Amino acid sequence: MSVTDLSTDFLLESAPPAHALVNVSFTLREGEVLGLVGESGCGKTTLMLSLMRLLPANGRITSGTVNFMGQDLLDLGENAMADMRWKHIAMIFQGAMNALNPVQRVGDQIAEAIVQHNYIQEKGVVDGRVAELLDLVGIGPERRRQYPHQYSGGMRQRAMIAMALACNPQIIIADEPTTALDVMVQAQILELLDTLRQRLGLSILFVTHDLGVVAEMCDTVLVMYGGVTVEYASVDTIYNDPQHPYTRELLRAFPDLSRPTEKLASIPGHPPRLNALPPGCRFAPRCPAVFDRCHTEQPALHQVKLGHWASCHLVERM
Amino acid sequence: MKRSRYIAQKVGWALLTILFVITLNFFLFRVLPGDPARAGVRDPRLTREAVEAIRVRFGLDKPVINCFQSLNPMETGDCFINPLDTQFFIYVGNLLQGELGISYHTNRPVADMLMEMLWNTLLLIGLGQILAIVLGMSLGVLAAWKARTAVDHGALLFSLTAWSLPTFWLGIILLFIGSSYWGLPIGGRLTPGTVYNTSIERWLDIGNHLILPTLTYTIVFLGEYMLIMRSTLLDVLSEDYILTAKAKGISTFQILKDHALRNAMLPMVTIIALNLGFTVTGAIQIETVFSWPGLGGAIFTAVNRRDYPMLQGAFLLIAISVIFANLAADLFYSYLDPRVEDS
Repeated sequence: MSVTDLSTDFLLESAPPAHALVNVSFTLREGEVLGLVGESGCGKTTLMLSLMRLLPANGRITSGTVNFMGQDLLDLGENAMADMRWKHIAMIFQGAMNALNPVQRVGDQIAEAIVQHNYIQEKGVVDGRVAELLDLVGIGPERRRQYPHQYSGGMRQRAMIAMALACNPQIIIADEPTTALDVMVQAQILELLDTLRQRLGLSILFVTHDLGVVAEMCDTVLVMYGGVTVEYASVDTIYNDPQHPYTRELLRAFPDLSRPTEKLASIPGHPPRLNALPPGCRFAPRCPAVFDRCHTEQPALHQVKLGHWASCHLVERM
Repeated sequence: MKRSRYIAQKVGWALLTILFVITLNFFLFRVLPGDPARAGVRDPRLTREAVEAIRVRFGLDKPVINCFQSLNPMETGDCFINPLDTQFFIYVGNLLQGELGISYHTNRPVADMLMEMLWNTLLLIGLGQILAIVLGMSLGVLAAWKARTAVDHGALLFSLTAWSLPTFWLGIILLFIGSSYWGLPIGGRLTPGTVYNTSIERWLDIGNHLILPTLTYTIVFLGEYMLIMRSTLLDVLSEDYILTAKAKGISTFQILKDHALRNAMLPMVTIIALNLGFTVTGAIQIETVFSWPGLGGAIFTAVNRRDYPMLQGAFLLIAISVIFANLAADLFYSYLDPRVEDS
C-alpha cells in the first residue's frame, strides 16, 4: 500500500474546517510493520479511518491517493470499498470490550465477516473456520458460543485479532491494540501479532504511543504531530539518529534502561488545536530548538538521507 | 440452568411484591378518614339501625385485624376473638377465591365489574400500544438513520408536538373532528339500540367506536417512543462495535438490523413495560372523553362516588399489572441482553 499526500479535513459548525491530516505519505510493503507514533490528537486515528474511508460524517478526504492492489482506494465506489474492507484490510481496535458487540456471541461476530466476504453459507464450514481462527489465537473453540463479557480483557483482544484474520487480509491496521491491557497480557498480544505476521506474511500498520512497543515490533516508524509527518524512517534511525526535535523530545519522555538514573522529560504545552494552527511550524510553540523562521514558515518534508525524512528547518539547513 | 434460576428468582420476587401490595392496599383504605357506611349512602336521615345493617352487609362490623376495632390505636377492642374472623383475613380469604367484595354503589360484585371493564381497557390499550410501538419505533429508526436531514427534523417536530399535547385536549379535538367530519361515533362502545344479526356486525360496531380513542392513545405514546428510539439508536450507532461492523464491510441496513437495533431495544423495553403497567390508569383521560367503559373511567367514577371496594379492586389490578409488566420486561431483557443473567 502506498499513500501519497493524503489530507483530511473535519468540517466544523461555525468555524473554519480543521485540517486533521496534511499531505501524509508513506509506503507499507508486504510483511512490513509500520509504527504510527504521536501524542493523542495528532491525527493517527484520522489517518487510519481515512485509509478505510470510515471517517465520521463531517470528515472529508481533500486530496491524495491510496494505492493498493493496483487501484486507488479513494476512487472506489462505496460497494467496492465495502468489499475491500476486512477482506484485504482488516482492523484491530483498542479496547476490544467496546469494539465487540456486547449482545452477540463472539463466534457469531467472527462468522459474520466470513459470511460477508467469502460467500460461504454452509454452517459447518463457517463454524470450522471460526474454531480454527480462535485456535490460532489460543482461545478454546468451545468458547465461541460465549459473549464478550464472559471473556477477559486479553481474550477479547485475541478474539478481535482472530476476527481480523477471518478473511486472510494482506494488511491489518492495529489501533493501539495493547493500550487497555496490563503488561503481561500486552506482551502476549504483541508476541501473538509477531508470530502471526511471520506465519501469514501480514503487513501491519501499528498505531500506538508506546515507543517501547514500536522498538520491539516495527520495521519503520512514522512520527506525526498536529496532522503532519514529522519524521519517517526505519526504526533504527528513529531511535539512534532522530533529526526532528519532536522525535527527540518524544524519546526523552520515554524510560530507557540504559540510562536508568536520568529523569524523564515531558514536553511542556499541548498539541495545537487543529482549527487554530500556528502560522509556521506546528511544533514551534513547544520546540526547544525554535528560531525565528519556525514561527513564519512551515517546513517541508525533507529527505535527510535515503529513506529518512524529516520536516524541520534545522534539517534543511544542514 | 442459570436461566431457569434467573426466571424463578424474578417470578418469586413478583409474587412477594403482590403479597405486599395486597396488604398495603387493604390498610390504605382502612386508614382513610370517614365512615364508609355513611359515605356510601350520603343521606343524613339514615337511622342508626340502617347504618348498622349496612355495616353488617359489607362486613364493616368486624374488627380490621385482631385487637384493633379500627386502625385508630385508641379504639382497641376485644383481643380474644377468632383472628380469622377479622376484616383482613376475610378479605384475603375472599381474594383467594377471586372475590373482591361488593360495590357500594352498584351492589354488584367488584370482580365481575372489573373483569368487564378490564377487557374493554385491554382492547383499547392493546391496540393503541401496538400501533404506538410499531409506528414510533419505525419513525425513530428512520429519523436516526437519516439523522440531521429534513426527514429527521420533520419526524422530531412531529413527535415533540405529539408528546406535548395534553391527552384530554387531543381527545376532544379528535372527537370534534371525527364526529363532525368523518361520521364516527362520539363515544361509548356500541351504538345504543342497535340489533346485531351476527357477531361480526357487533365487532364492526365496536371497531368503529374504537377508532378515535385508539388514535388519541397512539398519538400520545408515539411521540415518546419515537424520541427515545431515535436518541438511543443514535447513541448505539456511535459505539465502537458499529465502527467494527462498518470496517467489516457490512452494509448499513445489516448493521442496523444485526448490531444496532437489538442494543437500542434495551431502554425501549423498560419504557414500554413502565407504560404498560401504568397505562391502565393512563387511559383515564381518554376513557372519560370518549365514554369508553373501561377501567380508567370506572376509577374516575368510583372516586367520585367513594366506592371503596371498587377502588380497592382497581388499585389491586393496577398494582398487579405493573408488577407483571415489569416481570415481562425483566424476562425479555434477559433474552435481549445476555449480560443481565450473569449479573
